[in-house]
Amino acid sequence: MEIKLKLNGKAVTAAVEADTTLFDLLRQKGCYSVKCGCETSNCGLCTVFLDEVPVLSCSVLAARADGHAVTTLEGLQEEAADFVGFIADQGADQCGFCNPGFVMNTIALLRENPDPTDDEIRGYLAGNLCRCSGYEGQLRGIRAYLDSKKGKGAHNGN
Amino acid sequence: MMTIQNYVRAQSLQQAYDLCQNRRNRIVAGMLWLRQTGGSVNTAVDLCDLGLDTIEETDDAFVIGAMTPLRKLELHPGFAAYTGGAAARALGDIVGVQFRNLATVGGSVYGRFGFSDVLTLLLALDAEVELYGAGRMTLAQFAELPQTTRDLLVRIYIKKTPGAVAYRAVRIARTDFPVLTCAASRLDGRVRLCVGARPGKAMVLDLTDAAAGDLTPDTVRQLAEQAEKQIPTGSNSRGSAAYRSHLVRVLAERTLSQVGGFGNGD
Repeated sequence: MEIKLKLNGKAVTAAVEADTTLFDLLRQKGCYSVKCGCETSNCGLCTVFLDEVPVLSCSVLAARADGHAVTTLEGLQEEAADFVGFIADQGADQCGFCNPGFVMNTIALLRENPDPTDDEIRGYLAGNLCRCSGYEGQLRGIRAYLDSKKGKGAHNGN
Repeated sequence: MMTIQNYVRAQSLQQAYDLCQNRRNRIVAGMLWLRQTGGSVNTAVDLCDLGLDTIEETDDAFVIGAMTPLRKLELHPGFAAYTGGAAARALGDIVGVQFRNLATVGGSVYGRFGFSDVLTLLLALDAEVELYGAGRMTLAQFAELPQTTRDLLVRIYIKKTPGAVAYRAVRIARTDFPVLTCAASRLDGRVRLCVGARPGKAMVLDLTDAAAGDLTPDTVRQLAEQAEKQIPTGSNSRGSAAYRSHLVRVLAERTLSQVGGFGNGD
């Protein structure tokens, strides 16, 4: 079947099977930031936005994206650049495999709640698993970014 | 990975219902666990175009479309106020935000999964379901139907009733499946205790008569002991039957204390 969607702002037409997942389609289209870490709808590595809502692309049929807008990290480089330096400064990226999913969901968090508490950050990012870091580094990085926006710290994340 | 031959976005409930009478066809709701689910589906029937992803709040009820994402229910301010925060507590630890943006209320209810936080909460709220085919019935009745019925779950109704509801669950780790779920409610004087992840599906214990019209610390303690004896539990990799039965008493006491107005559930 043929589907049409907007991928990172550009119109895309694709031929897909009924059981092609959005994840597989995005990889075929060169969006390599989207990764599959678990195959159990659990890890958050494959997070993309479907009409601005963060979802697990491994758990969406590509056919459902027909007529909708899909955004991956490739389409959000500027917005991500605002805070990923702060996360790197905390050594929180380590192996880096989970980073795109973390960054996507952090963008979703900050759009929904620009001034989250630490508990709200933990709660929102609970669906992003990281086997390296213990999560505290990511939390410190996001907190440092938020504090810098409020002018509380001199740290610029670079 | 589930294999699917055809994909159809139903344009009417009748079309979806007709397609689903063929046992090789299947409704796809939240689409979670596609990769770990085996089997072959002839036609996947998607209800996403039927406008069933909304929550309507009226003066006396909430009407929840079957395709409403769990996250939308979790964030609904009216539902949060009505449940005194129990909704967010029941839904907020289900995997992650991205998962809850996909998982639907209808999928959770229709599946009648043993681990379902949603079923436990909605049973305590005395919800009703609307089925295209079989009509309207209580959720408690629906929960007892065999999984082989082919009716479509369309909406869930929750009547606004004066009272209180409380929810608690135990998980080995946040976002994991629960070891036990527990919701207590006192609605219009009727006291219910619902326990799920036993690990069987949630069941309701009507404690109205046993509570004798009032919930005091003493009666709550007795009711919790009664629940521990009456609610069957089993063992799996997350916990033994003995551990779950102990949890039944602890969570029953905490949730009943909260709806009794003399505890905070912790």
